[in-house]
Amino acid sequence: MNRPAITGWLLVLPAAALLALFTHWPIVGTVWDSFHATPKGSNPAPFVGLENYQVMIADEVFWKSLWNNLWFALGTIPISIALALVMALWVNSAMRGRIWLRVAFFTPTVLPMIAVANIWLFFYTPQYGLLEKLTTGLGFGTHNWLGTESTALACMIVVAIWKEAGFFMIFYLAALQSIPPSLAEAAALEGAPRGYYLRRIVLPLLMPTTLFVLVNAVINSFRLVDHIVVMTRGGPNNATSLLLFHVYQVGFSFWDTGYAAALTVVLLAILALAAIGQFVFLDRKVHYQ
Amino acid sequence: MSRLYEPTGFSRALETGAAWLLGVLWILPLAYAVWTAFHPSEYSARFVLTAPLTLENFVRAWDAAPFARYFANSFALVTMVLAGQLVLGTLAAYAFARFEFPGKDIAFILVLVQLMIMPDVLIVENYRTMSRLGLLDSIPAIGLPYIASAFGIFLLRQTFKTVPRELDEAARVEGAGPVAILLKVYVPLAKPVYLAYGLVSVSYHWNNFLWPLIVTNSVTSRPVTVGLQVFSSGDQGIDWSIITAATLMTSGPLLVGFLLFQRQFVQSFMRAGIR
Repeated sequence: MNRPAITGWLLVLPAAALLALFTHWPIVGTVWDSFHATPKGSNPAPFVGLENYQVMIADEVFWKSLWNNLWFALGTIPISIALALVMALWVNSAMRGRIWLRVAFFTPTVLPMIAVANIWLFFYTPQYGLLEKLTTGLGFGTHNWLGTESTALACMIVVAIWKEAGFFMIFYLAALQSIPPSLAEAAALEGAPRGYYLRRIVLPLLMPTTLFVLVNAVINSFRLVDHIVVMTRGGPNNATSLLLFHVYQVGFSFWDTGYAAALTVVLLAILALAAIGQFVFLDRKVHYQ
Repeated sequence: MSRLYEPTGFSRALETGAAWLLGVLWILPLAYAVWTAFHPSEYSARFVLTAPLTLENFVRAWDAAPFARYFANSFALVTMVLAGQLVLGTLAAYAFARFEFPGKDIAFILVLVQLMIMPDVLIVENYRTMSRLGLLDSIPAIGLPYIASAFGIFLLRQTFKTVPRELDEAARVEGAGPVAILLKVYVPLAKPVYLAYGLVSVSYHWNNFLWPLIVTNSVTSRPVTVGLQVFSSGDQGIDWSIITAATLMTSGPLLVGFLLFQRQFVQSFMRAGIR
């Protein structure tokens, strides 16, 4: 190898070693361990083939968590992206108080999810919580929002939307500011109304941003379970258990690491699917242009 | 966007009203927490303008748990992670931007894998690794999986690629080695990106929760997020005044920093987002 090649490798080496140790090796290890039983003591774990996966198919909590996670993603992503776009349009306009609005929308992003969860836990609390004060004030009966199976997941969705919309707004804001003003001038010369300009010019130009935000939103909805740990611990009756939360419970409450590895494989497959989806769509976008 | 397509007349009033309504809605949960934290507990859900202000809840929260230690741990954690990320990220980004070496493309793809599959979801295996390394319940155990950051490498690589080759060559003619060129030419030109990345990284790791919860189990290594959870799910009962005070306290440094430098914060996140 010539000198620049050696220098290049030496520069990459430290980062590559840590990535291999804490990202690539664990990915391979997860798949490997999913075919093995949970090791007992210092004995090596015996190979069990697909047994962990058979357990998974029979595990109702797994299916519940998977469905919950899909509903959670479906409930969170479209609304937070739509809100983010609207927020960005408002904050980017000449609207009165737009700086104040930007702070209001973005603040939840700066807070730790666990702090957010504590604040909302209080908000949802029966009797004391603000939500309860509002609903009883309006003459409705009391309702245990987090303690009822039918409303608990929706409460989590609201928290996630609140936390993430302002974060996604930032990406739209950056994209909006990079649209050349000449486009608006040209559209105005042609007499295009505002709705047409937003729908046919701004929105298509924001497509790459939307895709980027979408992929991030999908990843986040499978990666972040802090609020579940704090607010419901997956309850009531697993109504708010998400996939990673189930992994956490199986791996660190029941210490069944073999099965937890099999569950993680499902999670990794979903994330890989998101990655592939991104490449396919990016490809289409390039052809389109 | 151009000022040409601002809403006008009635629709302008309507949109402004809607925007303000959403803004108020967005700040409401936080405002509620602030109200509760700064008032005696009998006012925690009674909004009386004459309610006396107090710092008592903060004092009691501070005394009830070793928050000073938690803060020190968090501070050590974000410092360690950021320093490691900056050094390793800069070196790797420089190689990917300006060197040709066999296996470069594959290596870069392997780096990008971490953008999709973050250490956050590899908790079971990484716990096992930390246990083998004898690092459980230590601050390095929390930080190590994040020190090689695909996001940082990618961001800095994009930045370094925009540095004109002429600057690079001029330095080489003067006899500077690769590391000297990196430090004298590339790093100074990337300063705004370093700032942006630093803010994003610090807020991410200050706020991180699940992994620290798993690998720590004592006061000596817990960051504030885990400390807050231990505190609020402990024997405090449900004294919401104290819990909200503790919650605001743990988010305090970032929140105050954001409110003071909100323009820089937003621009940093924007800069880190464009890639």
